[in-house]
Parts: sequence; C-alpha cells; structure tokens
Amino acid sequence: MSEKAPVVPGSGKPGNDLLRQITQGPGLVSVLGVIVALVIGGLLIAVTDEKVGETAGYLFAQPSAFFGEFWRAATESYVALFNGSIYNSSQGFKPFLETLTVSTPLICAGLGVAVAFRAGLFNIGAQGQIIIGSVLAAYIGFAWHLPIGLHLLLVIVFGLLGGAIWGGLVGLLKAKTGAHEVILTIMFNYVAVYLIDFLMNTQGFRRPGETNPISPILDSSAIFPAIPGSRLHLGFVMAVLLVLAVSWMFKRSTVGFEFRAVGHNPEAAQTAGINVARTTIIAMALAGALAGAAGVAQVAGTEKVLTGGIAGSLGFDAITVALLGRSTPWGTFFAGLLFGAFQAGAVNMQITTGTPIDIVSVVQSLIVLFIAAPPLVKAIFGMNRKKKRSSKLEPTKAGAK
Amino acid sequence: MTSSTLQPAINVLPSKKTPIILSVIAVIVFFSFGLLGNDQAAHFTLNSAGDAFELPELVFPGRITNIVFGVLLLAIAAYAWMQRKQGRILATWMVAIAAVLFVLGFLIWVVSGANINSISLASLLAGGVVLAVPLVFGSLSGVLCERAGVVNIAIEGQLLGGAFTAALVASLTQSAFAGLVAAGLAGAMVSLVLAVFSIKYVVNQIIVGVVLNVLVSGITGFLFTTVMQEDPERFNSPAHLPVIEIPLLSSIPVIGPILFKQSVIGYLMYLAVFLVWFGLFKTKWGLRVRAVGEHPKAADTLGIKVNAIRFWNVTLGGIVAGIGGSFFTLVAIDSFTKEISGGRGFIALAAVIFGRWNPIGAFLAALLFGFADNLQVILTIIGTPVPSQFMAMMPYLVTIFAVAGLVGRSRGPAAAGEPYVKE
Repeated sequence: MSEKAPVVPGSGKPGNDLLRQITQGPGLVSVLGVIVALVIGGLLIAVTDEKVGETAGYLFAQPSAFFGEFWRAATESYVALFNGSIYNSSQGFKPFLETLTVSTPLICAGLGVAVAFRAGLFNIGAQGQIIIGSVLAAYIGFAWHLPIGLHLLLVIVFGLLGGAIWGGLVGLLKAKTGAHEVILTIMFNYVAVYLIDFLMNTQGFRRPGETNPISPILDSSAIFPAIPGSRLHLGFVMAVLLVLAVSWMFKRSTVGFEFRAVGHNPEAAQTAGINVARTTIIAMALAGALAGAAGVAQVAGTEKVLTGGIAGSLGFDAITVALLGRSTPWGTFFAGLLFGAFQAGAVNMQITTGTPIDIVSVVQSLIVLFIAAPPLVKAIFGMNRKKKRSSKLEPTKAGAK
Repeated sequence: MTSSTLQPAINVLPSKKTPIILSVIAVIVFFSFGLLGNDQAAHFTLNSAGDAFELPELVFPGRITNIVFGVLLLAIAAYAWMQRKQGRILATWMVAIAAVLFVLGFLIWVVSGANINSISLASLLAGGVVLAVPLVFGSLSGVLCERAGVVNIAIEGQLLGGAFTAALVASLTQSAFAGLVAAGLAGAMVSLVLAVFSIKYVVNQIIVGVVLNVLVSGITGFLFTTVMQEDPERFNSPAHLPVIEIPLLSSIPVIGPILFKQSVIGYLMYLAVFLVWFGLFKTKWGLRVRAVGEHPKAADTLGIKVNAIRFWNVTLGGIVAGIGGSFFTLVAIDSFTKEISGGRGFIALAAVIFGRWNPIGAFLAALLFGFADNLQVILTIIGTPVPSQFMAMMPYLVTIFAVAGLVGRSRGPAAAGEPYVKE
C-alpha cells in the first residue's frame, strides 16, 4: 500500500485514513482506553451520588469520609455490573448466559457495520436493516405455519433477506448516483422506523384483541431452542458461525479480497479491474444481511414477538462494537461480548444501586472516542515522551494526504 | 462523482430526471388526486385569533381543482420534455410552480377526503414555523461546519446538550436568558470535542459525530435520572422565554403570527439565517471559510490558517445549534425529558443537504420539514385516510431523492470530511 493516497475531492469516501484508523493501533492503547472510559464513568457515578454530595459538605474536616464514599459509590456500581453480567455468588455464572444473549444481536449487527467498513463504506444504517430484517422474520414466524426445522430456516433466510434489501438499496443508490452512504443510511433508518410503526398498526401485524402495537407470538417451530432456565438461545451459535463465515470470506474468498481492495483504494481497485459499483452493492447488501441476522436473533430468540422498539439502540451500538473490534470479525465478536456484558450488567446495576442504564452509553462512547485517538490516550498516560524524539518521522506517516 | 460528468458536453441532452419527475407527479395529481379524488370541497381558513381584519375562507372543490392542477402539471411536464429535446433545462420558476401545484393539490386532496373538510392555513403555517425553529438552528450549524470542511453528524447531540443545559441553568437561576446563554455554551462544548478529535487527532469526522450523539444522549439521560428527577422543582422547572408580540404588525392575518409573534429564539432564528448568509457570502471571513471547505490546500498556500478556521467554525456551529436546542426547554415544552430532541438533529442534517449547503436553502428546507411535521399533526386531528407515518417519512424520503440527484443536483463542499494535515 502506498504511503500517499490520492486525494479525491468530493468523493467523500472514507478510504485509507478511516481504514487505517479502525484496523490498526496497538492493543495496549485499546485496553488503556477502556480503563480511562471506565474511570470517567465512575467519576460521573460518584459525583452524582447523594451520599458523596453529603460528605462533600465536610470535605476539609473529614476528607477520608468523602473519599471513602466517593470510592464506594463508583465501585459499588461496577461490582453490581459485574455481578449482573458475569458471576455472582448466588447464581454462579448464570448471568454470563444473559451476557451471551444480549451480545448475540450486537455481534451480528457489529459484523454488518464491520464488513461495510472494510469495503470503505460507513454503514450507519444497521438500525433500519435490523428493523426490516426483524419485520420479515417475524412475519414468517407468526403468519406461516410450517414444519419444525424448515420454519426456523425460512425465518432466518427472510430476516437476512430483509436486511440485505434495505442495505442493498443504499449500495445501489450509492453506486448509481454517487450519493453518500452516510446520509442515505441515516434517512433509510428513519423510513424503516416509520414503516414498522405503520405496520404494527395494521391488521396483518397486530395481535388480535390487542390494543398495543405488538405482534402475535412466533410459532414454537420458528423460535431458536434455548437453554432451559435462561434466555440464551441457538442464535448465539448463528452469530459465531457468521463470525467464522465473515472471517473466512476476508481471508480466502475473492469477494472478501475485492472488498478490502475497494476499501483501501477504490481508484486502484477500479484500475485493477474490480467492478467498484458492483462491490459497493454487494458489500452493503451483505452488511444489511448481517444486521438482518441481528433482527432474527431478536424476534426468533430473545423477544419472540415483534414490537416497534425491536431494534432498541442496537444499530448505533453496533457501530461502536465494530469500531472497538477494529472491524475484524473476531475483534467484533469480543467487542460485542464486552458491550453485551455492559448492557446485561447494567440492568442489575440499576436495580441494586440505582445507577441509570445510560451510564453504559457514556462508557461505550468514551471507549470508542479514546480508541480512535491513540495519541490522546498516550498523552493521558504520559507515553508520548518517547514518541516526541522520533516525531520527525510521524507527520508524513500520519498525514497520508 | 459519476463517470457521466466526465463525458464531453457536445450533443449531450440534459438529464431526463426533471421531466420524468414532473410527468410522474402530473399523473399522480391528475388521476389519484383528481379523477379518483373526493367530490367534497376543501376549506382553508386564513384567519387566526386576534387578527386585524377578516380574510375570506378559501374553498376548493376537491376533484375538479385537482383535475385542473393535473392538466396544468401535464402541460408543464410536456413543455419540460420539449425543452429537453432542444437541449435546454426547464426554468427554475416553472419547477417551483409545479412544486407548489403539487403541494396544494395534495393538501386539497387530503382535506377533501378527511372527516372534517376544513383546516386553518394560518395555524398550519404558524405552527410549522414553530416546529422548524430547532431545525433551522441545527441546519445552520451544519452549514457552518460543512462549509469549512467538517462534517457535522453531531447536530443531534448539540441540540440535546443545549436543551438539557438550558433547562438545568434556567431552573437553577430562574432566568431564561441565563439558560439561553448556557445552551450556547453547551453546544460549543459538544463542538469542542468534535473539533479536537477531528482536527487535532484527525479521527474520522463521521465516527466522532456518531459517537458524540451517543455520548450526549447518555450523559443527559444519566443526569436527568440522577439529578433532575431527584428534585424536579429545583433542577427541572426552567423559566420560560415569553412570546413577544409586536403591536399592530402581529395582527396581520397569516404572516403576522409567523413574523411578529415569536419568542426571542424565534426572532433570533431570522437574524441568524441572515447573519450566516451574509457572513458566508458577503464577507472576507466567508470567502475564507468556503475556500477552506472547497480546497484547503489552496487556501493554506494563500496563508489562510485552515485548521484554525475549521476549529472556530465548528465551535460557532455548536453555539448556534445549542441555542436551537434551548428552544425545546425554554419555549416549546415545560421541562426536559430524555431524548427531547427526538432525532430532529438528523432532520436538520437533511435540511442542510436539501438546502444545498446554503443558509437560505437550509432555512427553507427546515421550514418545509417543519410544515410537514405540523401537517401530520393536523391531518391526524381531522382524520385523513393517509397514515400519519407516511407523512412523517416525507423529510427523509425527500432527502434520499435529493442526494440521489433526482431533485436537482446537490453537491457538498468538496473537502467536507477530509482532514487537513499540513505537509
């Protein structure tokens, strides 16, 4: 790969720079970034804690009480988070099963964002793709009545198809008209939100005799088998298989190679005979299909019904998952697990310590910000001193343009 | 961007897009709204309470009016095809007339088919302007940032941050103006993060924007639960900005309430649109900003400090959007709630694009989206057959068509999204 990428004015393609930022970077900085984000989150929890506020009144008379409360408030929440997501003394490792359940759609949708990133495309549209995927999957699940095995298979296929259509449309529009995929995906998200809102109020989707917009429960033949006593279902295995498939695709297949080539440098790829327009469409359709799988995991695994809020904030969490995972399949897998653990644990945290769930979005977004800016993390930990001496080499390398 | 623009311009006919679109809407108006429309008349009242004089009510028979409109639109479409054959493009004012006919035809069609065949045009317009206020501020923020070459996806976060801070400060101080100032500062804070990460650390601007929205939503949601809900009397009952009526002028029917019966933020909106337009297109500063956004390297060569300009523009954009966000909690709604901005930052982004990165264009686009929003509310009240969700989709669909080049061509500043690193 050449040092200097040609500047393409107006192409708006997050080409070289984006890819380098996402995929490269020392692992140590990632770990430190997570720590800094957790510390800031802890500070936020402590500062707004009531008892900390009380002890702050006599901070100078009794500093130990203040700092004691401060430490208690911050750690108490994180301990509750851990207890709710991985292990606690009464339930053993059962919470970890919940973490895996919550991670499943995050991993699938995260893969969708990651695949698009690899092809140089910014897929903000996972939200819409999840919605359309789950609409189709749920409809097959409750409206059709098919034998065991075939039913679930069709649910999965149609879920992926729904996502693929929604993502592929964006790819098509981008390839044919040059419209920017970021804008397109944002707009498609909203169209999907209103579409599901509309559908949930129609006869075909609303459960008979129900005034709330909620669909009938999916047939038992359309639902992933689950581990008794937990919500963990076979959808997690689907997520792992998808990780393996995407990993194989990037390493071994022609399509994966074309994605990476277009992602690195679309002009060079075009010159080398790769059909960039076609690759864009396939990449977005594939990204959509993976996000659609997240929708399948939601309706056929975790929720078992379709509601307007089926996608929650999954689509946006997926972006942070892909960024944290540096857009590699296994990176996305572990990032999905981490954020899944946060979200599963946050429920327990809110119940036991009263810390609002929103702290998870704060920590998640801080993690991504810090990881995207290694120099900042290095500055916080005083790691820049060594670098400064060799800084003469840095600008040209980091500059890229 | 597409290879077609590189072809020689000789013997190439103008794009078919405009004639095709015109033909399609002409057919829709003629058949769906006209022939298949409703016989009942649509009534539009022009007066609102406190008007100085009475205007007659406008009455349109549904079917016949739309057949007439349809014929006119068919004529315009046919003319557009003829013009294209001679290698000419249809005049902009003709396109504008077609758009107005289409919107009017649509209005007449829905109102004549509704349970109640009458709506107040005055309150439709005035309410639309009110709903558009945060959109206008948000889109001005987008214009300021993108013209300097920084993509601002964080408008939503700036609006939300402004709304939250305004509510908090206006509650604590019981001064709405303190809330207004604080909202501007909060927007600037969000912008500061955007600027530092995207300019100093050269992190991809879209990543920072997307993440910032999540961050602001998380922080405001967290503080809402831990602080505001603990003691809403003290932390979440902001003083409000009064609506200022300008005597006499405000009693002119239709335009009075729109122009002369606004809150301070409403008047600031008109001022801000003018200032941003004037600043960008009539001053040395504006020329520099646009140069930085189009070709930073050339601007740098001429001695313009590219990253400094970008930094200050992003900050200014944050202030503008923050003030827009304060509209939610200081004017529109009593107190702050989670996600009070409800995705309007993204509609503002759509307005930036639909308005072609021009302050006036963005203003008009935001107004259009505001009207669509208000129309949706009014249509739900009078009970039309059109599901409200499809009305709500309109801004997004329009934007998809706009960026896909079906409604004219919209091209952003060339260097938007490209970080500038001096070599």
